[in-house]
Amino acid sequence: MPADLNWAIGGEAGDGINSTGKIFAQALSRAGRHVFTSKDFASRIRGGYTAYKVRTSVDRVESVVDRLDILIALTERTVEENTDELHAGSVIIFDGERTMMSDFEAPGDMTGLDVPLKRLAEEAGGAIMRNIVALGAACEVTGFDIAYLDESLEKRFGGKGQAIVDNNQAAARLGAEYVREEVEVTTDYDVETTDNDYVLLNGDEAIGMGALAAGCRFYAGYPITPATDVMEYLKGRIEDYGGIVVQAEDELAAVNMALGAARAGARSMTATSGPGIDLMTETFGLVATSETPLVICNVMRSGPSTGMPTKQEQGDLNAMLYGGHGEVPRFVVAPTTVAECFDRTVEAFNLAERYQLPVYLTADLALAVTEQTFEPEEFDMDAVEVDRGRVVDDESVAEWTNDQGQFRPHAITDDGISPRAFPGTDGGAHMSTGLEHDELGRRTEAGEMRVTQVDKRDRKVETAIEREEWSYREFGDPDADTLVISWGSNEGAMQEAMDSLAEEGIDVRFLSVPYLFPRPDLTEEIEAAGDVIVVECNATGQFADLIEHDALTRVQRINKYDGVRFKADELAAEVQAALGEAPEAGAEVEA
Amino acid sequence: MSSDVRFTDFKSDKQPTWCPGCGDFGTMNGMMKALANTGNDPDNTFVVAGIGCSGKIGTYMHSYALHGVHGRALPVGTGVKIANPELEVMVAGGDGDGYSIGAGHFIHAVRRNVDMTYVVMDNRIYGLTKGQFSPTSREDFETSTSPDGTNQQPVNPLALALAAGGTFIAQSFSSDSQRHTEVVREAIEHDGFGFVNVYSPCVTFNDVDTYDYFRESIVDVGDEEFDHDRGDYDAASDLIMDRDREYQGVIYQDDDSVGYETREGVEEPMVDIPDGAPENAMDLVREFY
Repeated sequence: MPADLNWAIGGEAGDGINSTGKIFAQALSRAGRHVFTSKDFASRIRGGYTAYKVRTSVDRVESVVDRLDILIALTERTVEENTDELHAGSVIIFDGERTMMSDFEAPGDMTGLDVPLKRLAEEAGGAIMRNIVALGAACEVTGFDIAYLDESLEKRFGGKGQAIVDNNQAAARLGAEYVREEVEVTTDYDVETTDNDYVLLNGDEAIGMGALAAGCRFYAGYPITPATDVMEYLKGRIEDYGGIVVQAEDELAAVNMALGAARAGARSMTATSGPGIDLMTETFGLVATSETPLVICNVMRSGPSTGMPTKQEQGDLNAMLYGGHGEVPRFVVAPTTVAECFDRTVEAFNLAERYQLPVYLTADLALAVTEQTFEPEEFDMDAVEVDRGRVVDDESVAEWTNDQGQFRPHAITDDGISPRAFPGTDGGAHMSTGLEHDELGRRTEAGEMRVTQVDKRDRKVETAIEREEWSYREFGDPDADTLVISWGSNEGAMQEAMDSLAEEGIDVRFLSVPYLFPRPDLTEEIEAAGDVIVVECNATGQFADLIEHDALTRVQRINKYDGVRFKADELAAEVQAALGEAPEAGAEVEA
Repeated sequence: MSSDVRFTDFKSDKQPTWCPGCGDFGTMNGMMKALANTGNDPDNTFVVAGIGCSGKIGTYMHSYALHGVHGRALPVGTGVKIANPELEVMVAGGDGDGYSIGAGHFIHAVRRNVDMTYVVMDNRIYGLTKGQFSPTSREDFETSTSPDGTNQQPVNPLALALAAGGTFIAQSFSSDSQRHTEVVREAIEHDGFGFVNVYSPCVTFNDVDTYDYFRESIVDVGDEEFDHDRGDYDAASDLIMDRDREYQGVIYQDDDSVGYETREGVEEPMVDIPDGAPENAMDLVREFY
């Protein structure tokens, strides 16, 4: 018997699959078991196929596997969709009295458990509780103490009154009793419990919680799968801290509102997915060039265009690294686990304010919707530090004014970081703009100032590379010949895959990278390895391209960005300079 | 806020590059006077500007300001005001910025009713791109991109605002400095979204909607003999739908209006936050037990 149990409930959208699954996951968590969930879902309100899957063990679980032990199938399609995952020992709980399941027979050696879910639910007080009856049946089949389900039902329905809780708990018992008394089923599943207290949450919720911990006070967004959970989490909570969630008319408005709030001095954020990122790209350059700290959370789904809105992909890396016309510095931070979504969110706010630029905080769909158990202490509130960067007040504003007393929001500094004066600061009145500007934030087209400001903005990145720790998480044998590198949610699956590979005699050194720009320099690791494999959920290998790019150092660069085209003589001089020969006198090129 | 603020304190040391005679000079002067008259000063004022000739206003005024991307000034102003309700937020744009590329935001800003002021310099032409028709251009208006007229109905911005649930809808004429200043002042004082469409003639590219045209055709709804009740929705609607005349003054105002940020319970600027997680932060984690 494997140490983990794989359980699922599936049916049509509108069948309450998600909430039922969550109730069961919660009960397991209450029982001190680790839980890792996944969802099969479609972008529709009713119909189709949807499932909530739970993998549970007393040990930590970090990924899903291709095995399903207990399946509550509300439709035949649920069984068809999971044929490959079901095995001889699987138990399928279904309601043979439901018209669409009346002819159903469990395939092969599997055990079909025909439980009159609807009839028993009606007995308990209403057909709506048929899924709860099924949960009770599942508890009985697996030997899982139904008392934990009671707790979970209390949590879920407590707000609706004791009668509703009682009815649901009764419905669960009817399901359990029916299995005990009316059907014969023998399984050797033993859902052992522990005294551990775990919390159960998904990546979107961890991001929302991180935002609150970091002092985020303003959130503007437009609902989009799979990022909406961030907004729904914050709504109803952020107000306790004096903050607000604004549902904007579109993503163009959302990012501009968040930008406005950030200029006003609030810690500000928006979250969206690919199609929203496309729209926000319009304003992204303004955020960056006006040097406004902003956290833009991109919960990635399959693209391009509307793509597969409810499916996993890590396809937006290039869009985040390079999106938008012109060249603007930005950071891209990508947590690799649900718990890390919290830490990296806190960090994203600090990075944004410390370096006064937009930070893409990106989670892929799998991270965002996976509910997973953690020790509560893994969300270390004591470790949260808020660094607002170089902010001036009524007194210190004078240190950053010119000889006419004008505040310099884009002052040229050694580290590239300028002072920030929040509106309301006496003597700090200033403007900024998406036009190239001078130190005062006013439009300029002077080549020299243009180059100075571009260099200043880029210098912030150099400063950040020096000052921050752009680390990775390492697993496996550090001396292994095979180096695997990945980003995002692949970490859990790869960790577990390494165990299987080890059994086959394949040792792996695995680096999971949460920082995509700036990112750790992996040159040494790559040089030390034999085979280098990059794992990611996309077709073209966007992260692999980066790794190859970083390892290739042959190309020298001649760049010009003062707004004037190359002239032949200066270009000749530049090429000479690049070759290590003395450049022609008089050539002026910024490199 | 200091009481001795003069309107010239809102002037920056940058000389406007607007064409001599441009209506935007008068529009901006009225805005600065209205800001000073309402007890504001540059350090508590935030001006948001869009793109176009109108968008340059942030450079010529002295205050906190952001000159944003085309058409999105209102969402920026929305974010600024909600994040710090103590600031006086004024959003400025043109007819292209507000009623073409930004038309969606305009409608939603009106219905959201954040307590800020929106001044649109409506010259019924695209000036900065040198003379193409705008959303408020007349149907028979000939330009480089409409040699035979636009073949489209002009937008009626006041009607859009009324339909979207506007709580302060006004119009003014940049050359009538006193009235324009008064109207903008009332928009600032209004608790909610104060919308002022300002006839701000383009002397270079629009030879139809000229100073002379507006001087001759404008009717002031504030004139005593006109006897307009700005609280009368139907009367306001009649004026707004009357395309035969040009009106100035406050056409509609809902006295019961309360700004969105107030209705949402925002009381304090969102600027000051703790150095670490909030005191009760572990409660956030425990919710997930």
